[in-house]
Amino acid sequence: MKFSENWLRTFVDPKINTRELADLLTFGGVEIEAVTPVAPAFDRVVVGEVLSVEKHPNADRLNVCQVNVGLAPLTIVCGAPNVRAGMRVPAALVGAKLPALEIKAAKVRGVESSGMLCSAKELGLSEAADGLLELPANATIGASLRAVLDLDDQLFDSKPTPNRGDCLSLRGLARDVAALSGVAMKPLKVPAVTAGHDARPTITLNAPKACPLYVGRLLRGVNARAPSPQWMVDRLTRSGIRSISAIVDVTNYVMLELGQPLHAFDADKLQGGIQVRWANAGEKLTLLNGETRELDCSFLVIADDQKALALAGIMGGESSAVSDATQNILLESAFFDPDAIAGKSRVLGFGSDSAYRFERGVNYAGAREAAERATQLILDICGGTPGPTTAAESAAHLPTRKPIELRLQRLERVLGVALAADEVTALFTRLGFEHQRTDEGLRITPPPYRFDLSIEEDLIEEVARIHGYNNIPALPPKVAAVAMPMPERQRAMAPLRRLLAARDYQEVVTYSFVDRAWEADFCGNAAPIALANPIASQMSVMRTSLIGGLVNTLIHNLHHKQARIRVFEIGRCFLPGDEAQPAQPWRIAAAACGTAVDEQWGVRPLRAVDFYDVKADLEALCWPRRLTFEAATHAALHPGKCARVHCDGQAVGWLGELHPRWQQKYDIALAPVLFEMDLAVVAGQPLPVYGAISKFPSVWRDLALVFDENTSYQAILDAVHAQKPPAVVDFTVFDIYRGAGIENGKKSLAFRMVVQDTHKTMTDAEVDSAVSKIIKVLQNQFHAKLR
Amino acid sequence: MQDIDAVVDDALTLFAGINDADELERVKARYLGKSGAINELAKGLGKLPPAERPAMGSRINAAKSKLEEALKDQRERIQAAKLEQKLKSEALDVTLPGRGSGLGGLHPVSRTLERAEQIFHSLGFEVADGPEIETDFYNFTALNQPENHPARSMHDTFYLENSKLLLRTHTSPIQVRYMQTHQPPIRIIAPGRVYRVDSDATHSPMFHQAEGLWIDTHISFANLKGVVTEFFKLFFERNDLQVRFRPSFFPFTEPSAEIDMSFGEGWLEVGGCGMVHPNVLRNVNIDSQQYQGFAFGMGLDRLTMLRYGVNDLRLFFENDLRFLRQFR
Repeated sequence: MKFSENWLRTFVDPKINTRELADLLTFGGVEIEAVTPVAPAFDRVVVGEVLSVEKHPNADRLNVCQVNVGLAPLTIVCGAPNVRAGMRVPAALVGAKLPALEIKAAKVRGVESSGMLCSAKELGLSEAADGLLELPANATIGASLRAVLDLDDQLFDSKPTPNRGDCLSLRGLARDVAALSGVAMKPLKVPAVTAGHDARPTITLNAPKACPLYVGRLLRGVNARAPSPQWMVDRLTRSGIRSISAIVDVTNYVMLELGQPLHAFDADKLQGGIQVRWANAGEKLTLLNGETRELDCSFLVIADDQKALALAGIMGGESSAVSDATQNILLESAFFDPDAIAGKSRVLGFGSDSAYRFERGVNYAGAREAAERATQLILDICGGTPGPTTAAESAAHLPTRKPIELRLQRLERVLGVALAADEVTALFTRLGFEHQRTDEGLRITPPPYRFDLSIEEDLIEEVARIHGYNNIPALPPKVAAVAMPMPERQRAMAPLRRLLAARDYQEVVTYSFVDRAWEADFCGNAAPIALANPIASQMSVMRTSLIGGLVNTLIHNLHHKQARIRVFEIGRCFLPGDEAQPAQPWRIAAAACGTAVDEQWGVRPLRAVDFYDVKADLEALCWPRRLTFEAATHAALHPGKCARVHCDGQAVGWLGELHPRWQQKYDIALAPVLFEMDLAVVAGQPLPVYGAISKFPSVWRDLALVFDENTSYQAILDAVHAQKPPAVVDFTVFDIYRGAGIENGKKSLAFRMVVQDTHKTMTDAEVDSAVSKIIKVLQNQFHAKLR
Repeated sequence: MQDIDAVVDDALTLFAGINDADELERVKARYLGKSGAINELAKGLGKLPPAERPAMGSRINAAKSKLEEALKDQRERIQAAKLEQKLKSEALDVTLPGRGSGLGGLHPVSRTLERAEQIFHSLGFEVADGPEIETDFYNFTALNQPENHPARSMHDTFYLENSKLLLRTHTSPIQVRYMQTHQPPIRIIAPGRVYRVDSDATHSPMFHQAEGLWIDTHISFANLKGVVTEFFKLFFERNDLQVRFRPSFFPFTEPSAEIDMSFGEGWLEVGGCGMVHPNVLRNVNIDSQQYQGFAFGMGLDRLTMLRYGVNDLRLFFENDLRFLRQFR
């Protein structure tokens, strides 16, 4: 909310400067986000009266004016088209410093000019130059313009929190300033305006919970064309509200001043009495902003006997709006329950100053006072005759304020600082809350303008706020030491990140919402979880895999001339299925493309990173858990270079090269290799188990056998492990050969086996027997031939 | 017969001038070989009168030893010179870069996240986690924000299509989930991704928060100030760092405060905090008369920006390696 400092100071004027006043509010809980001067610095600009205007002898567009600034008339050359004798305008005297220039006595086309008549733009008061700024005809000649226009003022921009609807008016802000500074408020006297006729509106409260109080008053014979006084226009403007017409301006002014939103109907456009009721389904209403809305029964309306006239507490309707021709008005000052208004702006797609206040809570004891205040202002400006104030009230439905117990002991326990009863009492006295002492502390009755005080904690905050958060000490808690064990079978994310970073992968963070196409392409997922309100179509569905984000990162960096990219991400994926609570597993995924190692001296030839390089990274990440790999197919991956990854018999991830189809579609020149794993599996680690070290020598034997090309290494390993004699303690491939000497469609695998007994040194015959057993297994199961 | 001393002198001079091992051996033969000068001298012993022989004999032996000694020295010298030359020829350009695999790095926000976790861990906080697709209950209602509460408009929420579910707008739902399943004392830090419908240089539709919660019988607002202030000083490794607390409003805390921080000039908003609202405790069946405590939340991206001087939030999610590699 924007407001003028000077206006605020008419309610309470502590002897502190602007900055201090802003800080006082900010540290009292009403953040002042910005303070800006109403006008830029300038001086020696006074109210001048144009006495005469004569054509400049040497210039068509210039005039020579005699200007009365309170002393001897000055001759000033002026080029403004709107200059005329009799008008009062800002006159910058010789020596004046304006925002953009300094005024000197000078000859203008041969005529001496001692000053300058100013436009609003030249004074820095507006962007546009609309000729001379015309001042009111009663402006005191020779008076400082700054004083006349109240320009030595600052605009405060506050950001009130949603619980403090009471700070959405000058008087409300002043209450806080008074409580925080200890300086008393100046009373604002609003005497009741005596009725000049006795016509009363009929008011029926058909929804008394939503609207328990409606104050109406008929004002007859008003002059709706009367101009709003400048001071009111200025205060409204400085609050960011445009002046519209005197009657509307008054309602806005009183809303800013007292916090009570008001509405004025053209009484001659009403058919019968006023009803406050829920809208009928399908009922239509054209609002002041020009929109026609079809309503339902969740909207509260002000209606006459015929139709809905206004959206209660939100916006008036076009048909009953006041206009220049209006002569009789019905003034409305009502209390609408916050629950009846809250959320409606979101449904409607627009808000209003009125709705903003009602949904936060408006002083339910202030409706009559606001009506009196507005009546008086309208009479002052527009004339007319007021009727009696008429109130329809359902007292049972008005909010109530129950006393709240504040225990000093509790206060101390929550804040961590002891405050004496007298000190606390003094704070509530400054706040102006009704209070009395009790055995345990105080009993406080919150005022009707506060909607945020219902429990003891609310009062504790009130004490803390007025006492000052900065006056509460910062203390370390006193607690017993606790053990914070990390389970040994579990690794946190941090070491996993470091492990991949040590293997030359850079961590990235990609969006959890992705392009629908990525889900279709990389996951074969045609029905991902979609956002109802995405910010962009390429961020519209929840990812079920980290692959899309990684591929996109590769593309982004390839476009930026990075030739070798290795990235990983840890994050959640979002699986459709359970509509009540979709599964959101953590995953860890990596992608690599470009050369296997960085281009460097002494390493030639450089080769591209391949499936087995990344497989080694994946195995290192999961080490010492043993992974197994099975040829499989995945939407994102090359069907011949893709493996389902298993751990302890469970499928836990994927490894493979990006499908050439996607390399082509996404224009990726290099073949990326990727893996994606369930984080829980990667993070787990078994406890080491001790095994006795054999004291007896081990024997190495190498053997080479020729297999069919499609025989997988895993199948060989599985067969060997299932059938090997116990003495074979290790069996690994160390070479693979295809080419001369080996038939097409075949491959030669060379194995190294380690044979060792834990109880004795093995004889050559025993070793040979173990080796031949293995050979037999391979011959029988795979028709392998010894080379 | 040659004069022994002259022979020795000649030989020593000769040896000293030889830098080649083979030549040295050849020259050695001239003096110490079968028909070398020393042997020739020894042969001449028989011609001497017997009384002179022993003296002469020992002079010849002494000369022989001297030459052998000199030879040994010269051999070593030659070998040392040879080794030195070999080593010289093997010298590397030690300034060439090392070979092998390179190093990756962590995302800057992960650095902050790990650091925050580590600091809070040292203060006795356990790490907690929760889902990112949340229910209205956990994100709002349980946090004392019933439907239509004006505070809801403080968060522009992403909703799922044809569903009542939403993307969590803050990490606070983790508090609720944790308190539902644990009894006080509770001391947790809950970092994670959060989502709001917002996008510009200072707002990302996805960003990171860390939520802290400490519930016990006596944890006070003064303690909240103490712990939060301590964290920021430890995080930025600056003892002169100032932290201040400003009254604010969050539906789930009462009293509530904004946390501002300053390195000396100007204040920066770095988080929100407050004493957990009794309604929130009630919603998770914790007795609010017996237990109380504080919660705080802070933006990890913002802390990262302040820590490393990054001026555009969007850089964190663009994943440009030229940016990310600066945080290795």
